[in-house]
Amino acid sequence: MTLHPSLSARLFATDDRRLWWGLGAAALVLLVVIPALNLLPTPGSALHVPNYVVTLLGKYLCYATLALAMDLVWGYCGVLSLGHGAFFALGGYAMGMFMMRSIGARGVYGNAELPDFMVFLNWKELPWYWMGFDQFWFAALMALLVPGALAFVFGWLAFRSRITGVYLSIITQAMTYALMLAFFRNEMGFGGNNGLTDFKDILGFPLAQPSTKLALYLLSALVLGLAFLLVRFVITSKLGRIMMAVRDAESRVRFLGYSPTHVKLFAFTLSAMLAGLAGALYVPQVGIINPSEFSPANSIEIAIWVAVGGRGTLVGAVLGAFAVNGAKTWLTGAAPELWLFLLGALFIAVTLGLPKGLLGLWGQIRRKEVRDA
Amino acid sequence: MLDDSFEVQVDEPAGPGVPAAGSILYLDGVSVSFDGFKALNSLSLILAPGELRTIVGPNGAGKTTMMDVITGKTRPDEGDVLFDQKIDLTQLDESEIANLGIGRKFQKPTVFEHLSVFENLELALKADRGTFATLMFLLKSEHRDRIDATLARIGLADKAVQRAGSLSHGQKQWLEIGMLLMQDQRLLLLDEPVAGMTDSETEATAQLMLDLAKDGTRSLVVVEHDMEFVRALGAKVTVLHEGSVLAEGSLETIQADAKVVEVYLGR
Repeated sequence: MTLHPSLSARLFATDDRRLWWGLGAAALVLLVVIPALNLLPTPGSALHVPNYVVTLLGKYLCYATLALAMDLVWGYCGVLSLGHGAFFALGGYAMGMFMMRSIGARGVYGNAELPDFMVFLNWKELPWYWMGFDQFWFAALMALLVPGALAFVFGWLAFRSRITGVYLSIITQAMTYALMLAFFRNEMGFGGNNGLTDFKDILGFPLAQPSTKLALYLLSALVLGLAFLLVRFVITSKLGRIMMAVRDAESRVRFLGYSPTHVKLFAFTLSAMLAGLAGALYVPQVGIINPSEFSPANSIEIAIWVAVGGRGTLVGAVLGAFAVNGAKTWLTGAAPELWLFLLGALFIAVTLGLPKGLLGLWGQIRRKEVRDA
Repeated sequence: MLDDSFEVQVDEPAGPGVPAAGSILYLDGVSVSFDGFKALNSLSLILAPGELRTIVGPNGAGKTTMMDVITGKTRPDEGDVLFDQKIDLTQLDESEIANLGIGRKFQKPTVFEHLSVFENLELALKADRGTFATLMFLLKSEHRDRIDATLARIGLADKAVQRAGSLSHGQKQWLEIGMLLMQDQRLLLLDEPVAGMTDSETEATAQLMLDLAKDGTRSLVVVEHDMEFVRALGAKVTVLHEGSVLAEGSLETIQADAKVVEVYLGR
């Protein structure tokens, strides 16, 4: 598909050239510098980027894509979903099911027809909803369609009934909590408490091999870049401005003849599909998906990333995902008991002191420099 | 988008033919109550195409509730509300009614504060309202010309790129009127359009209303407290009181009416 010239002009038009320089630099670092520093220097040298760092960054890139999805629906459309972790987890389960089927007869029980946990539960045949997941294209499609369909149905019911604000946030929490309880059950057929794990390879590439890990990392970086362009395309359109109008004065939008229900449904569904895609890329890199990914706290954390980075900016969402998760990795190693307190304090500090997040702080500092100069 | 299912039979045969025939807006026996309080009490009102009508009345007379009923924000408990002789507005929601050609300016000016003045007008611009149509929408030069013309007309040409939130109260009123113009509606409902305006702004607004009504393609209903403004419009006046019509006629007739004087001055 080629874009109409003025549509692509709109996508890349900006009054801030630094945005594109910054994005270009980020792309260069993520796609060229880090892979080169992983492959070329000998391990142990000061310049070498170890494999575990590559995988860690790959994880962060998936979180950043998830944060972008959250920013679209919250920062631009004003819908504070506290259930986005559910869409991420569903995408992850879809990919996990594919990798589960790829194990074949290499499992503990050597059963080519059934995943280990089903053999353990004494199941005789594969449930119908596992059909098709031995095909990569099917699993990839489901990673997008299942979260998208859930968001569409859930959103249609909620937005049509004009459920907004904190009420909507609460029912999205309830949604992800209900899914967590459901996925904990062995009878659901998704591995219960343990979830899906012991994956061997993806499309024939062993997951333990550094080159596979690097490829997954690169793919995550690429997907983040494409997701950024896609979301930017949406928010720079007239539809994007209607979203902001819905965020600021929803009932007024109706009297202009637009349907806020349709606008929010579009943003929510697209956002859920992006979250599913992020989840599908995340699971092969961490090697496990279990019901704890549905836990309400996870979804709240996503909102914190976006709030810390600065909502309604896209770049802020990505920065927030990296900053908070970087801090989490460091602190859960250095002082694990402090992490949750710090996360809570961070959220309060940002809400009270930095309503526009880190990006807003940067803007304030710049404006002050201009004034003082 | 409309089909025959929206057509209704008007129940009482008030003479030969359809009672709403020849009207752009027809309200008959409309009642609305909130927790026992009758905001509208069997209100009836007929507006002819191209007519300019002013509505006055003390606070709580039901002026805003009447607009809420016409624009689909409030469902009446009983009564008929017909647009263009036969479209039953009580069955439609706000956006469907807006797309039929009914525009509204609110009592408290409501503009999209985080968008620029230009973008506020762009959203109001008459164009396909569908989700995918707006996603792929491209501003053509004729659109730009229309927006520029409206900007000039509402005196905000030099504020096009400014955030709407930074405008003064009077300028927001004008912007909202501009948004109504961009929608190109057949029936305009304006709730206190000159509240918070200076005298010269009020005069200019009156002139704009008269201009809009002049060519007969639009009908206007203006709710206003400012008697100077009502006089400047020189249109038929309807006085509402306790949810129904108390009197109707020219401003002079109304002001001479003993009931009206009592309602306004009697307590």
